[in-house]
Amino acid sequence: MLTVQKLTKVYQSGGRPLTVLKEVSLDVEPGGFLAVVGPSGCGKTTLLGLLAGLDVPTSGTVRLAGEDIGGLTEDARARLRGEKVGFVFQTFQLIPTLTAQENVQVPLELRGRSDDDPAERARELLERVGLQGREHHYPAQLSGGEQQRVAVARAFANRPVILFADEPTGNLDHVTGARVVALLEELNRESGTTLVLVTHDPALAERARRTIRLLDGAVVDDTGATA
Amino acid sequence: MNRAAVIARLAWRESRASRRRLVLFASAISVGVAALVAIASFTTNLETSVRQQARELLGGDLVLGGNRPFTPPVAALIDSIQRSGHRVAREVRFSSMAFVRRTEGIRLVDVRAVNAEFPLYGQVVTAPAGQWRRLAAERIAVVDTALLVALGARIGDTLELGSKSFLIAGVASEMPGRIASFEGFGAQVFIPFREVGGTGLISFGSRVHHTALVAMPDQRMARRIVYAHRPLFEKEKVRTETVGDFQSDVTDALRNLSSFLQFVGLIALLLGGIGVASGVGAFVAGKLETIAVLRCLGATRPLVFAIYLVQAAALGLVGSGIGVALGVGVQGALPRILKGVLPVDVRVTLAPGAILQGLGIGLAVALLFALRPLLEVRLVSPLQALRRAYETEDPGPRPRDPWRLVAFGALAIGVFLIAMGRAEEPRVGVGFAVAIALSVGTLTLAARLAVWVSRRISRLGGIAARWPYVLRQGLANLHRPRNQTRTVVTALGFGVTVLATLYLVQGNLLKQVSLATLNAGGRANVVFVDVQSDQAAGVEGLIRTAGLPVIQRVPIVPMRVATLRGKTAEQIGEIPQPQRPAPWTMRREYRSTYRDTATTSEKLVQGAWWGPRVTGPPWPVSLSTEVAQDLKADIGDSIVWNVQGQMIETRVAAIREVDWARFEPNFFAVFPTAALQRAPHSIVVLTRADDAGTRARLQRAVAERFSNVTSFDVALLQRTVERVFSRVALAIRFMAVLSLATGTLVLLGAVAAGRLQRIREGALLKTLGATRRQLTRILLAEYLALGLLAGVVGIGLAIGGGWAMTHFVFKLDFTVPLLPLAAVLVVTAALVALVGMAASREVFRRTAVEVLRDV
Repeated sequence: MLTVQKLTKVYQSGGRPLTVLKEVSLDVEPGGFLAVVGPSGCGKTTLLGLLAGLDVPTSGTVRLAGEDIGGLTEDARARLRGEKVGFVFQTFQLIPTLTAQENVQVPLELRGRSDDDPAERARELLERVGLQGREHHYPAQLSGGEQQRVAVARAFANRPVILFADEPTGNLDHVTGARVVALLEELNRESGTTLVLVTHDPALAERARRTIRLLDGAVVDDTGATA
Repeated sequence: MNRAAVIARLAWRESRASRRRLVLFASAISVGVAALVAIASFTTNLETSVRQQARELLGGDLVLGGNRPFTPPVAALIDSIQRSGHRVAREVRFSSMAFVRRTEGIRLVDVRAVNAEFPLYGQVVTAPAGQWRRLAAERIAVVDTALLVALGARIGDTLELGSKSFLIAGVASEMPGRIASFEGFGAQVFIPFREVGGTGLISFGSRVHHTALVAMPDQRMARRIVYAHRPLFEKEKVRTETVGDFQSDVTDALRNLSSFLQFVGLIALLLGGIGVASGVGAFVAGKLETIAVLRCLGATRPLVFAIYLVQAAALGLVGSGIGVALGVGVQGALPRILKGVLPVDVRVTLAPGAILQGLGIGLAVALLFALRPLLEVRLVSPLQALRRAYETEDPGPRPRDPWRLVAFGALAIGVFLIAMGRAEEPRVGVGFAVAIALSVGTLTLAARLAVWVSRRISRLGGIAARWPYVLRQGLANLHRPRNQTRTVVTALGFGVTVLATLYLVQGNLLKQVSLATLNAGGRANVVFVDVQSDQAAGVEGLIRTAGLPVIQRVPIVPMRVATLRGKTAEQIGEIPQPQRPAPWTMRREYRSTYRDTATTSEKLVQGAWWGPRVTGPPWPVSLSTEVAQDLKADIGDSIVWNVQGQMIETRVAAIREVDWARFEPNFFAVFPTAALQRAPHSIVVLTRADDAGTRARLQRAVAERFSNVTSFDVALLQRTVERVFSRVALAIRFMAVLSLATGTLVLLGAVAAGRLQRIREGALLKTLGATRRQLTRILLAEYLALGLLAGVVGIGLAIGGGWAMTHFVFKLDFTVPLLPLAAVLVVTAALVALVGMAASREVFRRTAVEVLRDV
């Protein structure tokens, strides 16, 4: 599903090169559940951005669902995301001017052609995450947990083959966070979507089937690594 | 799903929370669109009305006219036209002194002696009713109401014109034809055509206009007559005008005026464009996260760009729509406002062409200006949705976006094309575009300079560091991220430029004819014209008896050009352009004078004056620069003048620059005394009396003794000029105020755009212990600085522009009225401060906790 080889990312910071990721390699099998952990500034988010094709590496390759995303243009990567990738963000990132249902519809409408009726699919998903009756609320009218559930529904809207979650519980209280994670796990099981989670919450990481630990841009521990 | 539908739907939903703000940005272009639509559709209506009422306005289908009675061949032609069944109205028109003995009132009037057929078209309405018909049989006069007021007379009084007296039978309350106030000055007096011979008013040198107005069933017939008898008309110096000529003349004049006014409207629109650009820029800046999320979810860059472009287009349409509605409303009110100024009754109808054009131009301007800020949405990385941390990471120097250059080019070309589309001549369009580019360029530079200075001040130690904190903080606001300095300075400064330029030009023009100038230094303020040689001693005697000085005595000799460099007018006509002299120079009657020195209103630019022992023929002659240029005459060229049938041979010896703006007798051609003193001539006598009563008594005394002598009270003339001018100025000022209104709207939009950031900063400052008073002072410092900057640069540009126009276009001296300009500066700064403070109310209203919780 996801194959990463010798991924390196160097940023220019204050005119000096800053290596954020050093030759990271890993494989994630279809339907897998990977957690990336590590302290702040260790390169977790950078790695996530590169895996999802939001950014291009300085060197190394990322193959996502069989495609080498290093060889794609920015807009081709956008289309790939639209078809195969789902996202859940720490800060929810719902579009404030759209209702819950409209937010969930966005990926489907962006894709243009779809077997699903976007509105119908959105309602289904919102019901699935327990938000029936809240379809026409705007993000500002929802609690943090509800917003994140809308985000989860949106992440699954286009039936992605892989879902990236960046600190999905970071802005939620303990109980609400646990509910959101449970929801992600359920959907992961039901639809066979691969799940890649970035977190520094050890309790959350423990629920993943595999955990890699980053320190200063390098993998220092990988529970799933084959010897 | 259809792609366009997806874009439209996303654009619609996405705009939800910001529609009110978008409408505010859009309203910036509304004022300009309103002005364009109102002017364009009013012009269309006016043209239609002129076409429909052209016969009434001109007075006939064919008009023959000249400055002397029709010669026998022309009179025979007119008779033959009349005999073939066409109605012919006759008019002799001249200026004269009118006198009412009962009230001792005296005024210079515009006498129109008309026959029974006059007017051919339309109705004269008199009060009391039915007096017009009496002109055919009785010796009565129908006068303007204004004359009765000026003379203190009433209906039934006797009006004396020259040696004849007329019973004032009524006033003309409605008169078909051109409006009186622009046709020379002085009220109109209608008398019977047959009475004109005996008034003794028409003497040598009088300016009299003879007209025959012919009614014809169709225009072609009029054109045929003009065409068939052109040689006769040219030979006999008869001017012809058909309804068709008249229509196209009026239409041309209207178009020129409309084109000028539309340029002012266009300036307002372009100002609005700057507002749109700043609004869209701020709007996009607030949407970065949303855009990043859309990009994460699979939206391509073109798609995201399309979503916001659609929003900008919708904004443009809404703004233009509001503008069109406003424009149509204003246009409906215009005929009422301009009543009495317009020569026709204007029927207001919707002009679909003007409306569509307004919508189109508004939309185009909105899109052109929105393009550059919109390009930013393409550069938003999806990474920005992941974490804000990425925003603070230094991305290194930003790559050059070639599309920015494209957007800038599109804007420049678009503005240029729109300007060309409004201009009647390409030169004007280019000039306009260049002037706009220069002004905006200067303002932008000034704004950048201000940002730079403000940054330097913040980093400076020394004196600046000891300034009060609120002042430093306020000034620092000018350069901080997302500042509105450039927008406000450019838009408002531009508005100030337009307003102040118009003010300066108008002020400098009016100054030339102002009472203060006219009365300065003992200049003449009463002028007697058409004084015959044998009357000069008498007139001067009356002046001296009144204890007044004879300031100047100027002989006037009427003449025409017979040959130029040995060629007659006909032969000159065959010279190819551009060497051919202008036709008017060969046709006109020159009213020349003779003297042997230059006056104070003249400056010798070429050649030399003749000495006291000048001999001829050929005599030396001095031409004014205008005539020399249009005659294509140089020093040494020979000109033969026809002076009442006697040929006088001359050579051009001197070319003079003449200050025509002074109310003094000035001349195209000046001859040596020896050359003309025996030629038949009339005399102009000038005197000066400080008191209006003395002036009136003197005029009366001269009119009683010399009925053919006409006199002007310069002060009265001055008031007439000012009145005419003030009406034109009203229109110009209205347009200037439009520009300033737009500038204010832009300012409002700019302040609203930075609102959120202000509120947050305000909250933070409050948290850190800033008092309300301190916050107020910080904002006040910032807005006052912005207002002063916009005002100073705008006024500076206006002084440059005003000088250029006064100097190059009107060829007048230019002075800068410091006090009014200082007032403009103060008002600008106060306006910016007021609007800025009003729009920042929320900074004070919301508590710190409330704001910080939102963040």
